[in-house]
Amino acid sequence: MEPIIELKHLTHIYSPNTPFAHRALDDVSLTIFRGEYLGIIGRTGSGKSTLIQHLNGLIAPTQGQVLFEGQDIWSSKALTHSIRFQVGLVFQYPEYQLFEETVYKDIAFGPRNMNLDEQEIDRRVRQAAAFAGLKEEVLSRSPFELSGGQKRRVAIAGVIAMEPKVLVLDEPTAGLDPAGAAKILANIEAYRQANQATVIIVSHSMEDVARLTDRLVVVSQGKLPYVGTPREVFSHGTDLEAMGLGVPTMTRVFARMRAMGVDIDPAVYTVEQAKEAFLSALKQKEGM
Amino acid sequence: MALKDITLGQYFPGTSLIHRFDPRSKILFTLFFITAIFLCKNLVSYGLTLVVLLVFVALSRIQPKVFLKGMKPVIFIIICTAVLNLFYTSGTVLWHFGFLKITEEGLWRAGFMVLRILMLIVCTLLLTYTTSPILLTDGLERLLRPLKKVHFPVHELSMMMSIALRFIPTLIQETDKIISAQKARGADFDSGNLIQKAKALIPILIPLFISSFRRAEELAIAMECRCYHGDEGRTSLRQLTMAGRDWGLLLFSAALCAGVVVLRFFGL
Repeated sequence: MEPIIELKHLTHIYSPNTPFAHRALDDVSLTIFRGEYLGIIGRTGSGKSTLIQHLNGLIAPTQGQVLFEGQDIWSSKALTHSIRFQVGLVFQYPEYQLFEETVYKDIAFGPRNMNLDEQEIDRRVRQAAAFAGLKEEVLSRSPFELSGGQKRRVAIAGVIAMEPKVLVLDEPTAGLDPAGAAKILANIEAYRQANQATVIIVSHSMEDVARLTDRLVVVSQGKLPYVGTPREVFSHGTDLEAMGLGVPTMTRVFARMRAMGVDIDPAVYTVEQAKEAFLSALKQKEGM
Repeated sequence: MALKDITLGQYFPGTSLIHRFDPRSKILFTLFFITAIFLCKNLVSYGLTLVVLLVFVALSRIQPKVFLKGMKPVIFIIICTAVLNLFYTSGTVLWHFGFLKITEEGLWRAGFMVLRILMLIVCTLLLTYTTSPILLTDGLERLLRPLKKVHFPVHELSMMMSIALRFIPTLIQETDKIISAQKARGADFDSGNLIQKAKALIPILIPLFISSFRRAEELAIAMECRCYHGDEGRTSLRQLTMAGRDWGLLLFSAALCAGVVVLRFFGL
């Protein structure tokens, strides 16, 4: 697998050399591969937001390097600026950043900053709107008269329109109803498939990250204690709970069953896997 | 972003004598002191007010460098005042170069002016550094209470003030967030001419306005849910009491003013 973003010994200190100095990230190294679906989990204040804002050069590391396709993104000002278009970052509650008169113009803000020609901007806006599940007639309306869920889609489309190779989303489903959340996750998946994009998602929903992602990164107190497949990460169930993180309900059920003496695989995190594990455990019993 | 570092009416908690004064007596002291500064005319009276101010700063147990930091934003004004007074006062010429001349009177006047501005800033900083915003608005409300007789909305005004103070940090945080979000979409705030720079602010200001209105509406509803209905029959959690030291401070402030007036008359 080919790396796309590499973080090397990254340290970030807020307000250094003052009494308020705070070490948000402490010597963190991480490689993100092209085309993977990465999940980032960690409780509030663990350093997640600081971490993702390093990925597109919004904040500069106090120490260490951020490499994008092998180049240090801070090596020149022009490069730092262009990285923002390669690594699209959707903040938490992105609907509060909408400002234009029409949805169309707001989605076009990113592409326009890239100095593309009108035809290309138009193509990108329409395509991004389609990816985000917005209908044509919404484009001419004011973003402020839309519902909360629709606004969120507009904001996500605004980032997708830059056609980033890496799409980073901070809690994209926070505050949405289950149906709306599922739809947004499906829209993100569609973009990933179509552009072979790398997607990084920050989420509190263990069920979601377990089901969607190829790899999970746990952030705790400025460090990354666990990086691996959901299966590997959730096998540290009790440690995760000690860090203030939950594990998927299925994992909890199975860990409990194991503690009760049932011989069953504890690294289970979806309903489908649970079914498989039950069936194989039953088969084993019959065979004996 | 440096937005977080702004020290706007910052409060430094403490237990010094200055911290323990009643906010009303502190506000009145500040007013008296400002009056005294404007009545000063000669070296002796300036010296007297300066000594009083320095003693108060020392009593507050707040590091002098914090006061210096608070003066930073007005350095430009101070320099302008000094230069204008220095060159545009007529009198005995000490030194001249072409049309520029420095007079003895100009030198004195520039010095006094700078001292006056510095003292004004330090005495107001002293008030905000040692009084929490809530106590400050409470004190102001009590002081202005007599104006209610002429239907001046004292309570509403102080409520507005405390809400405004309360939301300054929130708004700064929000601005930071919006700036980051627009930067992530490639917005550029640093390059281009003045008009382009002003235009670049639109994507920040509009979301900020909208969220402020939203916040105001939410706050209004939250206040109504807790049965807020204005001043009528409302009691205060913090009862302000004037202790002996507060009366002492007021007496001292009045004496200071009187002293400066006397000095002015005698032309000392």
